Amino acid sequence: MKPIFTKTKGLTDRPFHYCPGCTHGIIHRLIGELLEEMNLIEKTIGVAPVGCSGFCENYFACDMIGAAHGRAVAVATGAKRARPDRFVFTYQGDGDGASIGLAETISAAARGERITSIFVNNAIYGMTGGQMAPTSLIGQKTSTSPYGRDAETMGFPLDLPKILTQVEGAVYVASVSVDSPQGIKEAKKALRRAFQVQLDGLGYSFVSILSTCPTNWGVNPVEALEWLQTKMKPHFALGELKVPTIEGGDAV
Amino acid sequence: MNNLVKINSERCKSCGLCIHVCPKDVLTIGEIANSKGYYTVEMKDQTMCIACAFCALICPDLALEVYREEKGK
Ligand SMILES: Cc1ncc(C[n+]2csc(CCOP(=O)(O)OP(=O)(O)O)c2C)c(N)n1
Ligand code: SF4
Ligand code: SF4
Ligand code: SF4
Repeated sequence: MKPIFTKTKGLTDRPFHYCPGCTHGIIHRLIGELLEEMNLIEKTIGVAPVGCSGFCENYFACDMIGAAHGRAVAVATGAKRARPDRFVFTYQGDGDGASIGLAETISAAARGERITSIFVNNAIYGMTGGQMAPTSLIGQKTSTSPYGRDAETMGFPLDLPKILTQVEGAVYVASVSVDSPQGIKEAKKALRRAFQVQLDGLGYSFVSILSTCPTNWGVNPVEALEWLQTKMKPHFALGELKVPTIEGGDAV
Repeated sequence: MNNLVKINSERCKSCGLCIHVCPKDVLTIGEIANSKGYYTVEMKDQTMCIACAFCALICPDLALEVYREEKGK
């Protein structure tokens, strides 16, 4: 029989600890597949965040470093500057990258660090019990906004990839979603381009991926996909939001 | 057709996403629980499977592999 789909060598054999239906696992797989397909496993340093994906260092088949909460891009900056021959990526939640680590993310983008950030936006703090995140939607019920997020007192959701398009050193910015087989294929394309931007030395590349948190959204995994499609997608800019003007070479 | 979705039951968490995206209604939650207590996915009608791999693409836990039957082999 002809294999159509088999497990990538870019991931270890360790089963994921994520909740049933949590799409962190899909995003891990896409990264693992690209590490294998782009022949990067042996030359990659990944940086893990704090959050549900804090244990992702167990799953990627490359070298990994664990960073303090929000500091993954700062750690990745050090790794890349010390070892410019390595492919360096960060894997971060929206709490990690857009809340406690907002300054690190924007500063790394401004410096045009030759690293790639994968930003998993599930509109909530998953690991700590479903608190409101900077990305939570207006009206969204969370454990710290039990009556729904009210813009008057809790402000508005932050669309981080949209903001990063304004930063010169961020040369590739995409926003995708893993809510369907089609979406998953598009997400992989965006990740591949982001990886290539780093390999070409062009600057900072950033891929935001809309993801589910069935557990803290209080819905089943299939309902979570639907909530992502109908509630989240309309509120965030989607697609390749910024692509490099010059392909290849060192100049931005 | 006799395509195969190979199911690694120990990795399956019974989330149902594969069943949701299968265009041919091939998959179902079975009656056997794995060591963690999840009732894992089974093929209920292998003859309907078109080996599109949608199920494997959406499975968050790498529980599925897809193989296409080759003609005359
Ligand atoms: C300095 C510090 N502050 C707060 C925390 C508590 N904390 C752990 S994970 C987390 C947020 C995680 O949310 P997110 O980054 O969106 O990832 P998810 O778990 O949703 O994947 C917080 C606030 C911490 N570990 N360290
Ligand atoms: S709490 Fe949410 S983000 Fe964390 S593993 Fe569970 S479903 Fe995924
Ligand atoms: S390969 Fe396609 S048709 Fe076969 S079970 Fe998976 S989703 Fe259904
Ligand atoms: S998507 Fe994967 S984990 Fe979920 S029910 Fe199907 S095989 Fe099991």
